[in-house]
Amino acid sequence: MTDLVLAWLTDPAHWTGQDGIIQHTLEHLGYSAISLLIAAAVAIPAGLVIGHTGRGRFLVVNLAGAARAMPSLGLLFIMVLVLGPRLSGDAAFLWPNLIVLIVLAIPPLLSGAYAGVEGVDPAARDAARGMGMSGSQVLLRVEVPCALPLLFSGLRSATLQVIATATIAAVAGLQGLGRFLIDGLAVHDFPQMVSGAVLIAVLALLADLVLALVQRYAVSPGVSGRRLRERVRRRGPDTLAEGLQVR
Amino acid sequence: MIGFDEVTKRYPGGTVAVDRLSLTAPTGRITVLVGPSGCGKTTTLRMVNRMIEPTSGSITLDGRDTSRMKEAELRRGIGYVIQHAGLFPHRTVLDNIGTVPRLLGWDRRRTEARSRELMERVGLPDTLGRRYPAQLSGGQQQRVGVARALAADPPVMLMDEPFSAVDPVVREQLQDEFLRLQDELGKTIIFVTHDIDEAIKLGDQVAVLRVGGHLAQLADPAYLLAHPVDDFVADFVGRDRGYRALSFQPTPRLPLAAERTLTLGETTTGVGGDWVLVVDEENHPVGWVEPQRVHGEVTSTMLHRGGTLARSSGPLRAALDAALSSPSRRGVIVDDSGALVGTVRAHEVLTAIERAERPELADPLHPGAPVR
Ligand SMILES: Nc1ncnc2c1ncn2[C@@H]1O[C@H](COP(=O)(O)OP(=O)(O)OP(=O)(O)O)[C@@H](O)[C@H]1O
Ligand SMILES: [Mg+2]
Repeated sequence: MTDLVLAWLTDPAHWTGQDGIIQHTLEHLGYSAISLLIAAAVAIPAGLVIGHTGRGRFLVVNLAGAARAMPSLGLLFIMVLVLGPRLSGDAAFLWPNLIVLIVLAIPPLLSGAYAGVEGVDPAARDAARGMGMSGSQVLLRVEVPCALPLLFSGLRSATLQVIATATIAAVAGLQGLGRFLIDGLAVHDFPQMVSGAVLIAVLALLADLVLALVQRYAVSPGVSGRRLRERVRRRGPDTLAEGLQVR
Repeated sequence: MIGFDEVTKRYPGGTVAVDRLSLTAPTGRITVLVGPSGCGKTTTLRMVNRMIEPTSGSITLDGRDTSRMKEAELRRGIGYVIQHAGLFPHRTVLDNIGTVPRLLGWDRRRTEARSRELMERVGLPDTLGRRYPAQLSGGQQQRVGVARALAADPPVMLMDEPFSAVDPVVREQLQDEFLRLQDELGKTIIFVTHDIDEAIKLGDQVAVLRVGGHLAQLADPAYLLAHPVDDFVADFVGRDRGYRALSFQPTPRLPLAAERTLTLGETTTGVGGDWVLVVDEENHPVGWVEPQRVHGEVTSTMLHRGGTLARSSGPLRAALDAALSSPSRRGVIVDDSGALVGTVRAHEVLTAIERAERPELADPLHPGAPVR
């Protein structure tokens, strides 16, 4: 079986053209990116504001719970039935798919942003206000930078879920890597199906890797804990001794 | 000058945290608010920079009503050190200290220069500049908190238990440095603590609050120790207050005895007596030795270092303590440069204490007289 899958994947004919791997990968990435962008544009500001003001917590909790119980495929069919007749051409299939992915991505993004801000040390927030920062300055200069680790973990889990679930686009008339699974199933071409699944998994992992790298550069070592642990290991107890030194 | 006029704070729910408080924190002085937990110290402090709005009454800053000032402007002119430092975890030490200058629109270079200057001022080694708060010890964090509040050189400082999170040794160090700094800077400071010893050490005047936010007594430390206005204050300033009051009495001329000394590295051969004081090349006392137990050169590892040193210009408390703590029972007195002047015995210090005038008792119109 492994040999067959490898043979399928290494066949140059499967990589190019309208039904090729490259084309479907780009489509898959396209759906995922658009949904993530829209979801982030809604959920991250909302999460930040809820965390900052403390108002609307119930929304986060309930949304996250509801989303976990949501069957993506079921929602997709409902969307196609409801929206399909109202839209024309490609949009009739595109939007139902995007909406499913957006709905899927919102809860992790929202909880990540919310929990990140919520978890900021109240003393730091208080100090910021006491120095004369306005509400938005406190949010942008203190709360958001401190919230980044959780915000990124929300983004990464949303990305994994969306890339995995974008497979269903192929069920409802669109393209993407899901094509290989659906088409493979139709003709019992198992090597093609397995290859499709492998490609989706690899794509998800690569996207996560890219985000991890971005996170490394975006998050201050002061809150990421990475550099801190290294330093403490390297410096050992003298960190404390310096505080006690008599001058 | 910060003025409280009949200031009351009632929280939603009915707790009266501060009750018709009137007091003045004079310019260039340290006013300490002290009292048991929950007596309204933090609330009082935070009403100054309007982190909390008073329910009634008014607070003035150099005569200007703070409620008429813009919040952000008011706060940028007031250094605020909160309990547990409240440093920004995502910013380096330098960036933490430079926060207010950056808010005020200073450029990067000027801000960094200022931050470095302040690190030095508060006794933080240069090498810590690029560290993050999580990489600092508690004492270092407190120093960064103080440096950050000083960054834009505000005339007024509010400090809420800034030294509470460190061990007693570091706390004492921080207090000494704080007093030295204040000598240079002359800020108008309101300082909150629940530690009466800290209050007495640091305050130019001390306001004792009781639970419910009532001002029990406002006086300078010496007066407070001599004249607690009621049982609550007497209880609160605690035992040992007779001894502690000696901190405020300058040492009169004491009958000093000349002391036979050994210099480090000298040999004890031919030296008798029970305890002999050892000094370094500059005649600074370093410790005591028992000559009969030493054969050969005196080295710094064999010294008994239990005795404290008292400056001849210092308070009586230090002179008495030097005598009490010395293994030879002879208290070591040094001059301002730290060089040995002579030694004194406890009964001689006590005689001096009995003879000393007690101005805080003699003068009923003492400036620290209670304001009620
Ligand atoms: N936000 C609030 N809402 C309601 N009550 C409050 C609030 N903040 C403080 N209090 C109450 O007001 C009183 C004074 O509180 P405050 O924090 O000023 O005390 P404190 O003297 O600083 O005490 P501590 O030494 O423990 O810090 C307390 O009884 C406290 O419970
Ligand atoms: Mg308090």
